[in-house]
Order: sequence, then C-alpha cells, then structure tokens
Amino acid sequence: MAKYTLQINDKSYTVEADAKMPLLWAIRDLAGLTGTKYGCGIAQCGACTVHLNGNPVRSCSIPVSAAAAGKITTIEGISDDNTHVVQQAWIQEQVPQCGYCQSGQIMAAVALLKKNSQPTDKDIDAAMQGNICRCGTYPRIRKAIKTASKMMAAKASVK
Amino acid sequence: MSINRRDFIKKSGLAGAALTLGLYVSKSAQAATIVKAGSADVELNAWISIDTSGKVTIINHRAEMGQGSFQAVPQIIAEELEVDLNDVKIIFGVGNEKKYGSQITGGSSTVRGSYKQLGQMGASAREMLKEAAAKKWSVDKSTCSAENGQIIHKASGKRLGYGDLVTDAAKLEIPKDIPLKASKDYKILRKPMPRQDTPMKTNGTATFGLDKKLPGMLYAVVERNTRFHGKVKSFDDTEAKKIPGVKHVIKVKMAVFSHTREGVAVVADNLWAAMQGRKALKVEWDDTGFPHHSTEQLYKQMEDDLNTKEGLSYRTMGDVNRILSKAEKKIEAVYSTPYESHSSMEPLTCTALVTDDSCEIWGPIQAPGWVQDDLINVLKMPREKITVNMTFLGGGFGRKAFTDYTQEAALISKEVKAPVQVVWTREDDTNQGPWRPGMMYKLEAALSENGRINAYKFKMAGQNMDHQWPGADKMSYNGSTTEGFLEPLFERMPNYSFADLPLDSPIPVMWWRSVYSSTNGFAYESFMDELALAAGKDPMEYRKMLLGGKDRYLALIDKLEQVSGWKSRGKNEGYGVAITECFSSIVGEVVKVSKRTEGGVKVDKVWAVMDCGWYVNPDIIKAQVEGSIVMALGAATKHATTFKEGKAVEQNFNTYKMSRIQDTPEIEVYNMDNDEPAGGVGEPGLPPLTPALTNAIFDLTGKRIRTLPFDLEKV
Repeated sequence: MAKYTLQINDKSYTVEADAKMPLLWAIRDLAGLTGTKYGCGIAQCGACTVHLNGNPVRSCSIPVSAAAAGKITTIEGISDDNTHVVQQAWIQEQVPQCGYCQSGQIMAAVALLKKNSQPTDKDIDAAMQGNICRCGTYPRIRKAIKTASKMMAAKASVK
Repeated sequence: MSINRRDFIKKSGLAGAALTLGLYVSKSAQAATIVKAGSADVELNAWISIDTSGKVTIINHRAEMGQGSFQAVPQIIAEELEVDLNDVKIIFGVGNEKKYGSQITGGSSTVRGSYKQLGQMGASAREMLKEAAAKKWSVDKSTCSAENGQIIHKASGKRLGYGDLVTDAAKLEIPKDIPLKASKDYKILRKPMPRQDTPMKTNGTATFGLDKKLPGMLYAVVERNTRFHGKVKSFDDTEAKKIPGVKHVIKVKMAVFSHTREGVAVVADNLWAAMQGRKALKVEWDDTGFPHHSTEQLYKQMEDDLNTKEGLSYRTMGDVNRILSKAEKKIEAVYSTPYESHSSMEPLTCTALVTDDSCEIWGPIQAPGWVQDDLINVLKMPREKITVNMTFLGGGFGRKAFTDYTQEAALISKEVKAPVQVVWTREDDTNQGPWRPGMMYKLEAALSENGRINAYKFKMAGQNMDHQWPGADKMSYNGSTTEGFLEPLFERMPNYSFADLPLDSPIPVMWWRSVYSSTNGFAYESFMDELALAAGKDPMEYRKMLLGGKDRYLALIDKLEQVSGWKSRGKNEGYGVAITECFSSIVGEVVKVSKRTEGGVKVDKVWAVMDCGWYVNPDIIKAQVEGSIVMALGAATKHATTFKEGKAVEQNFNTYKMSRIQDTPEIEVYNMDNDEPAGGVGEPGLPPLTPALTNAIFDLTGKRIRTLPFDLEKV
C-alpha cells in the first residue's frame, strides 16, 4: 500500500492504494466518483474510459501508480451541469437506453471531437469501436457525434 | 419493511401530500381499483401525489433497464392528469407487489399490462380536482376544464392551480369509469417526449446497482462452481487472508432453479482487495454425479431427438403426418441457434443488509416481488421485513429477473453481519449463466399446387426453461413452440403440428430478450422464405397471399414494402424479409446486403415496421427497435456461448464478441399508428432481424444459412 495524489477533474485526491490497483477502482471506490463504470476489466468494452492528460484511456487497465502523475478527467469533469456540447448532443438525440456504458461513450466522443471536430462515419467508427453498448445505441451515438460537431461549428462561427 | 405513507413522503420529497391516488390490486380481485389516501389500503399505495404547492410526483413501479418505462408510465398518467411532464417528479417504487401489483418487468409488459389503469388513475385525479374547483366557484363541473396543472372556468376566466385544490379534492369520492381521451386528443402520449432519465445518464449521476454505497459496506466477490452442480470439497484461504483488507472468506450457496450453486466468497473492505483475495484462494471442487456436457454432445442429442422422436405436442390441427407422407411437394429444413449470454453492460451485482429481523436489498432488479418471495423462504422472514430497492439497471434482457444473485448477497450479508455489495466480474457474468438455451429445429411442410401450406410440422429440440424448477413435470409443454409465430397463419393451415423435445442438461437456461421468439423466429421465417421459393413466389408476395384478408398484417407488409423499396431493388443487392409476432406486437423487417470487395457480405441497411397497437412514445419505440436489431445482429453474427466438459468456454468480451459501432448498419424504424390493444415494445423488434438477414444473403448469394452464428465476412 502506498499514498498517491490523483489529479481528477482539477481536484486533488489523496488515496491509499495497492500500486497495482486499477485506476478505475481508485476513481470509483477511493475518490468516490461513480460515473466511470466497470464493464470488463480487460480494456475490451470502454465503459471505464477516462482522459489521462487529454487522451482517452481504459482506466480498468492502468494501475493507479501509473496515473498518479497525470491529469485525469472523468465524466463528472467535462461539465458540472450537462452543458458540454457532447452531453447536449447526447440529450438532443436521446442516446442512452440503460445508460451504463454512456459515460465511457461520451468520454470517447469528447476525445474524438477534440482532435477532429468534423469526423466522418469512418472516423467515428474508428474512434468509438472500443466502446460496447449492449442496448445498441450505436446509430444514435453516430448521430449525436455529428450533432455535437455541428453545435461546435455553430458556436465557433458565433465567436 | 414496506413503504408506508411517511416513507413515501420522505422519498418523494413531498412536504405533505394532499392528494394521493394509487392502484390497489388485491390478490383475489382480477381488476385493480383506484384508491386514495385515508383508506386503510392507501397506506400501501402511491402512484400519483400532488402536494399543496402543486408539485406532482409519480411513482414508476417498473424496473428501468433502458427500455423506457421510466418515461412511459408517467407519460400515460400525465396525459390524463393534464400536467406538463416537465413539472412532474418521477421516483422509483420500492418492490411491493401488494401495492403496485406485479412489478415483474419482463415480457414487454409494462405498458401493455397496465396502460388503461394508469390512464384511469390520472383521469380520476383530474376529475376530483375539477369537482373541487367547481364547488369552490359554485359552478357546474362540466363548465370547468383542466390544463397544464390548472383547473379553468372559461366563462369567468377563473383558474386555480392543482396545489390550491388538492386539500378539497382529497375529500371527494373517486369517480368511476371516466372515459379516457381519444388518441387524436393526446398532448403527451404518442409524442416523442425526451426521457427524463437521459440527463442523469449523460453526466454520470444515475445510480446503478454497482454505484450503491452504504456506511460500513463490505465488498464481496465469489469463486463459484463453473460446472453449475458441483460442490465445494474444500478450500484454502491462507493466502487470501493475507491480502490487506480481506475480512472474511466463507463458503456460500445460492439456489439456481432446483439446484444449489456453491462457491467461496471473499469479503473485503474494498473491491480490489476482495478480487485479489479471490485470486489467492484455492478451491477444490467435487464435480461428480452429473454430466459435463459439451456443445457437440448437446446438439448431437437435439439432432437425434429431432430425427427419432415426435415430441410433446403443443398445438395440432388435422393429420400432419399423413399429409406429409403422401405429399408431392415436400420441403424440409433443420435450423440451429446457439446458447447466448445476456451480458448486460452492468454485470450482476446486489447489495444486501440483513439483520436479525430485517432485510434490505438494493440492486439492478427486474422482479422485486420475486426477490421478496425468494427471501421470505430463505431468510424465514415475513414479507414486510424485506425491502427491495430497484436501482437503475445497466441492462437486464431477462437475466436480472432471476433471484440467484440477490439470494447469494442476502446470505453473505447475514453471515458477515454487515452491509455487503456482491460484485460479479465480467467473467462471472459470462460463465455462470443462465443462458438463452441453444435450440435445434426441424421443419417440414407440404405445399398445395398454388403454393399454400397444406401441412406444417415444427419440432423444437432444446432445454425447456420451465423444466428446471423444483418439482417440474418434465413431460409438460409450455407453449414455447409457437412463440413468435404469426397468429393468423394457424387459420390458414389445414394441418399443422408444433411440438418440443426437451433436452435435459445441468446448464442453467432462462429467458433472453424476446425469449423463445428470439430463436423460433429464425426457424419460422427462414422456412417461410424456403416455402416461398418452393412455391415460386416473391417472399413478400407469398406472405401477402398467406395472410390475405388479415388487414392489420397486410398494412404492415405494405408499409414494409414501400419504405424498403422492395420492388425497386438494385441488381447487386440482396433483400430479405421476416415478420414475427411477439408479446402481442407484430414486427416486420427488411435487410439489405451487398458483397464486400474483400469477400463476404455486409449489411447495408435495415428497415423495421413495428405494430405494437396503442403506444406511448414513438421515439422510445424507435430506440427499442434499433437496439433489438443491434442485439440480434450480434447474436446472429458475432457471439455464442459454447461448452466444453461442462463449463462455458467464453469468459469475457475478448471471446464473447459483441456488436460494435462499425458493425451497425443504417436502421430506419417506422411505427404503425393504430388503436389496437397495446403490445410489447422492448423485445418484439428482435426476432425478425436474423431471418431477414439470412434471407437477404440467400437472395444475394443463393446460400442458405441455417446455423447460427455465422461470420458475415466468410459468407
């Protein structure tokens, strides 16, 4: 067991954990941020997706010791009132069904749009293929990413 | 502990609910009655409550697992109550069958089972508020109208909010038999209202089973027997107990139908420690005394049964064997479908707090009443001491209507005398079952000269879900053989026989989204395509001929033909159609496929037409059909559970491969607009996809796929 200071959503959390504990459990059980979900534990489903230094990562497969130096963003950190453009698009397109995988989906989509504000279907497939949705919301995820992209363009043109 | 008025007020955040109406379903009465606060029964009832500030709270009694009951139930009530859905607070009901009637969320039953009663309740409250206003103003009630949370007297321009009227309204008798609105007058119903649970699911605040935290809560993971019936011979917890945080290592059990699944639980003060402890655990199993089946053995047995036995006859007409034996044009085919895991994105989990005289459960639970029924026996506690709280479900698909995981959690909590959250890893969720049973079908038919079906013989081999319960009569049939079949076709076939050949295996099986229809549909509708071919008819025309005069079905086929461009298809496009009937809804789907340049085929597009009769929210219907299509596509082309030496082979998503975004075709969903009795929405969109797909592949390539799953890239 060792002490780690995690920078999550611009806040410091000092946690005591086994060095091999996956970041996922540190976020959920030690920092108490339960928006990030457990789905498979082997980086196959993307339910645990968070950003580490701006890049989407599977928090189930990164030991807490390796994440301690970085800047972590979880679903709770992208906005505190559902105002992020991706959240807005998700609501507009009524994406979630059971909702369990959606934190991970949204985090993956936010990362995609940061890099590529006008993704094609192929870009979307490539960026989102690591995130499983058993309810099958994929058609709406695709639509919502395009909606978010348009919202971003509209915002930019206003500025 | 059952919910009482005080708990309800606390839960709903109502300062003092003044008008509270609920449905009371007594065990003896067939129909529910609407009751209000003040009578003895009402302590046990709460569906709508309006407080003096005018705030409306509606309790949703059904589990929300993605299918939209969270929205559908309040939408029905709010329509008749004349309130804006945005002003309504929706809360989950606690599991209590006495109060809500059946809460088992399965069989796509939430709307179709109770929509008239829900509407009546909203209408009753509205009429009571109107009457209260009319008395206050000394006017005739018929001159008052309700709108947007207010009662209005047009002539005088007077208006009062519901909050100002509830105290008086609560004193009135509940009016009976108020006519419900005609569908043309709906303001909320049949509108694509956004789901109120969406914002919680886009910012991480929706509480799922795994998100439940209690003070002093311990976490448990369980090493269970993966051969289902085996016993724990011994276990060595020396190393497990050395892991910091591990508190207890105990032998546990849970009932899985008529058997007891044994395991060893590692209980720790954090989940990671429990998982590490489990890894360090050594368990020796006694796996003697029951067969260790492999997939090959199971299907060989099904095949032998289909070839040598007639089966348990469920529904017959005429003399099918005589007609088939002398038929000139006889068609025969064998289809097989795999075992499938439910694999909800949220693995199974349950949080339990059992004390000497009470039990409280939290979790993703489809059937709180069944959890109570089970725990009454297991804990020897009366129903009122057992509270079952439904969290949001991270998917369910039938699996979370079972009571093994809730029982196990309660027993662990009881033994360690602490609140415990039992977490199933993805591997546990994938290798423990119960699964959708694997099935094999043999179909035979004799056609008359004009292509009509003269004889139809359907045999289904596979595990019968009902045969697993304690004391089950294994010679009984359960109607599974006709689930999914288009009802009017029975009239159109002078000779038919539907029979099943139950297979006995220790592998636990249970309902999986759309239940037997999910596999039967593949057999019926693939065979229909084969019959159309034998009759020399276009598959769409063939169905029209068979269903002639059945307007509801013909309307759906016309719509499907029109939206899919069935008649104007291109040369290198394969089109397939399938139509099934499931939980009183009829769904037709057309799949379009084309050849991939690198070999195999790809699914270009799916058109679906849903006729679920009376409906609530077209956007939820659309979402449910989209999801059903994606799920069916996965089961047809991606994943299957196989068994080797009595254990499931697939353990996680690396081998049980799910459909992903790049596998998803464009999907267009249409909803028939009518007032037929309400049918299911969450499941009926699933069965037609697979046969429509394989029929399309046949159309394109001439290759008939009769065994699932298959690889699209290798067609």
